Order: sequence, then structure tokens, then C-alpha cells
Amino acid sequence: MRPVEEFTFLGDAKPQRPTSNDPSSMDQWFDYVYLRDNPRGKLDEYAHHSGGCRAWLVVTRDTQTHEVHGAVTARDYARKRGRGGA
Amino acid sequence: MMKYSVFSLLKNTLSGHTKWQPAWREPEPRKEYDVIIVGGGGHGLSTAYYLAKEHGITNVAVLEQSWLGSGNIGRNTTIIRSNYMLPGNNPFYEWSMKLWEGLEQDFKFNAMVSQRRVLNLCHTDAQRDAFARRGNAMRIDGVDAELLDAHDVKAMYPFLDFNNARFPIKGGLLQRRGGTVRHDAVAWGYARGADMRGVDIIQNCEVKGIRIENGRVLGVDTSKGFIGCRKLGLATAGNSSETAAMAGLRLPIESHVLQAFVSEGLKPYIDGVVTFGAGHFYVSQSDKGGLVFGGDIDGYNSYARRGNLPMVEHVIEAGVAMIPALARVRVLRSWGGIMDMSMDGSPIIDKTSIEGLYLNAGWCYGGFKATPASGWCFAYTIAKNELHELNAAYRLDRFRRGYMIDEKGQGATPNLH
Repeated sequence: MRPVEEFTFLGDAKPQRPTSNDPSSMDQWFDYVYLRDNPRGKLDEYAHHSGGCRAWLVVTRDTQTHEVHGAVTARDYARKRGRGGA
Repeated sequence: MMKYSVFSLLKNTLSGHTKWQPAWREPEPRKEYDVIIVGGGGHGLSTAYYLAKEHGITNVAVLEQSWLGSGNIGRNTTIIRSNYMLPGNNPFYEWSMKLWEGLEQDFKFNAMVSQRRVLNLCHTDAQRDAFARRGNAMRIDGVDAELLDAHDVKAMYPFLDFNNARFPIKGGLLQRRGGTVRHDAVAWGYARGADMRGVDIIQNCEVKGIRIENGRVLGVDTSKGFIGCRKLGLATAGNSSETAAMAGLRLPIESHVLQAFVSEGLKPYIDGVVTFGAGHFYVSQSDKGGLVFGGDIDGYNSYARRGNLPMVEHVIEAGVAMIPALARVRVLRSWGGIMDMSMDGSPIIDKTSIEGLYLNAGWCYGGFKATPASGWCFAYTIAKNELHELNAAYRLDRFRRGYMIDEKGQGATPNLH
């Protein structure tokens, strides 16, 4: 358990960065940069432990109650989705 | 309907104030309306008011899931100003200021519109240059703006920390026509004005779904049953993503919590609105004497109407850096409101891809000052099915087309205003 002021939040972890620069992928880029589900309830969000160990995490938090349901490293989260994580 | 005058005041005084009538009716919803507005806050009520008053459309219902004015219209720091810079933005806010100036006579209700000045402090030469540029942009739009030096600011507010080693006050940008308004009275005045013209304001009526057929709006499913309509306007800032999702739309918006504070009552101390330029802090003094102040959003997605203590500390640190004497003042209350944080810090007042569906959203935390012009423009857009030149830049597709209105010049993030 760490105090909230040690963390910086980057928002929804769900949008995935498109891998193509092709103009035909503009819709995907538009989605990624601008559109959000913005759920009331559970949200997977990026949290940087900026005032601590500097790790990037994905925290599952309820946006209605602020209750935290769990956290994994951002790397594990990406791997689970079949992406990145060298 | 109750008319307010010195005579009605005398009459009701003689009867011991027991015979005042409610300011609006509490009707049951009809089966169908020409226009339904979702959201009985400032923007929804002003939209209904201007639909009736400016466009003669009175077969209108405003649906509010809770009680009237229970959202951000009653939770803000009541500041009005039109000191923006960008072309698509400031003419809109100046129109709002002009509507504020005539509002009480217009809807015959005391909203305590008080043009007590808004002063933005600057603390570096670069910031002063930026303020000079913004002030000039305002004057091009016909808005009053004055650039003050430290001496002028000291004459107005001698208690500011002018010699702060890190943030010396170099001057400020002053808009004399800016000020504060009694926020709840804005909701009440618009509600009363709309009701008088035949608009049904239906409280405790939650919209649960939007019915669409062949790309056309048919009506809404609510906690009071289905209500049909030809046109549907969404004015649910804070919850816009959720209401828009009922129509299958995804928005460039995140919901964040913003806190506000009021201190114990003090004797007259700050006669205008003052904002800190080296941190995020704005303060004014209510007519009851409490200092009303706020700062930045907490910085994480939230639908809870309460924030956390780190931001409380941050806001008060900024306040004390600006006014050292604040360290001696006790905070009476703090509260939170949910903000529609759009991706460029500017709002959306537009038609949508669905026929008969209109969207008013993305007010970040600048929605209060916009209440009159937002309703005015939204009513125009709903009535005429086209954008007025004042909200022509507030299109939903501007993000896709690359026409963001980004006052901060910061790029796509949901923490602008």
C-alpha cells in the first residue's frame, strides 16, 4: 500500500497505439489519440510510480468509488494483450 | 405563475411569507415533445429557455435525473469572464458576457451578477508578453482588457506576495467586466423563465436509453417510461460519455474530478477575482464573506464527486504562495464536481451523425461562465439544425479534421481548460 501522491496517472490503458503510419490507418490513430470509453466503474489505467520506484503500472480502479482492485506492471499488461514487453 | 415585484414582496411580507408560490411547476411528462433536453443543469435549462424565448419552441421538456441544478451549476466557483485568445473561442465567451450583463432584466430574477473584475497575475517577463498578446487578441474581439504593472496590482491588492523569491508579481491582465454570479440563481432563473413559457421541467427522471430508428431519434426511455421527441439535445456535461454511448457515440472526453473550497466568513477582503499565474489557484469572496477558491483537477479519471487530499494541499499551497495571509484562514467546506475534460480543452455544441440528436458537451472546467451563450447557441442549433457562427468552431468532428481549439497549445490531453 503506497500513498496516492507518489503516483502520476496517464489515463485509460486500453487504447492501443496503431503500428502503421499508412494514411489508411488514420481512423485507428484518431481513435487512439482522441476517443475514450470513459467508463463509470472499473478502469484499467496507467500509473507511473513517479515518487517511488519509477515503475509503470496498470492499476484497475473504480472511477465511481476510487476503490483499487489490483495492479500489474505495464509490461505484464502488454504481454497479456500479446504486445511488446521486450 | 408568481411574479416578483416590490408589491408582491410587500403583500407576502404582510402574510408572513407563507403564501409564496413555487417558481416552476412539477408536471408529469407528456407522451411526446418537439424537443427534449437531457440534463436540468445550467446549460440544459438555458437551452430550454432560449428555445422558447428566441425560437418560439415551447413544446419542450427538460429531463433531470436528480433535482434541478444538482450538478455542476451548483458546484462551481461562480466566475464569469471572456478573456480567451483564440478566434473560435472568445467571440462566444464575449457573447456569453453580454448575455450575463442583461440576464437579470431578461429573465426577471436576481442572479446577483456582479462585474467585480477578474485579474490574472503574471510572474515572469515571458508570461507578461503572453498576457499582452492575449489582451490584444481580446481587444480585437471588442473585449475590455488592461495590462497592469506591479504598481497597479499593488494598489488593488496590497496583501499579495509581491516579493516572493520564486514568483514575484510582475503585473496582471485585468478584465473589469469579469466577475461572479450567484450560480444556483442562474439555474432557478432559467428554470422559472422556461417554465413560464410552457417548458416542462421534469425532475427525478433518469434517461436510461435513447431510441433510434433508421438513423433518426425517436425518443428516450426513462425512469418515468418512454417519452417521444422529434429532437433530442444532450446537455449532461460530466456524464456526456455515458449519455452519448446510449446513442452509440464515443466522445473525445474523459470525466475528471475538480475540487472547490470555501473558507469561514471574513470581513470584505478581496473585492474581485484574482488568479495565480505561477500555480493553479483562483479566488474570490462571496457576499456572505467566505473566500471561494479552487485549483486544478485531481488528475485521474473519476465520477466521484469528491477528490483526494493531495490536491487539497496543492491548491492551498498555491493560495498561500499568492496570499500569505491565507495561512491563517480556516477552510469551511470542500467539494468536488465531475468535469467533461475534452481533448483540446474546448467544448462541443453540434449536431451529430444521428438525425435529430444534438450534443452539448466537453466544458472542461469552464462551463459556468458559458451558461447563457451555451444555451443560446445550442437552442439555435437545435431550432435551425445548423450551427451559429458563434459555435461554428465547436464541432464534434474538429478532432478528426485537425481543427482543435487548444488555448494552451499543448496537444491532445484531457487536462486542459
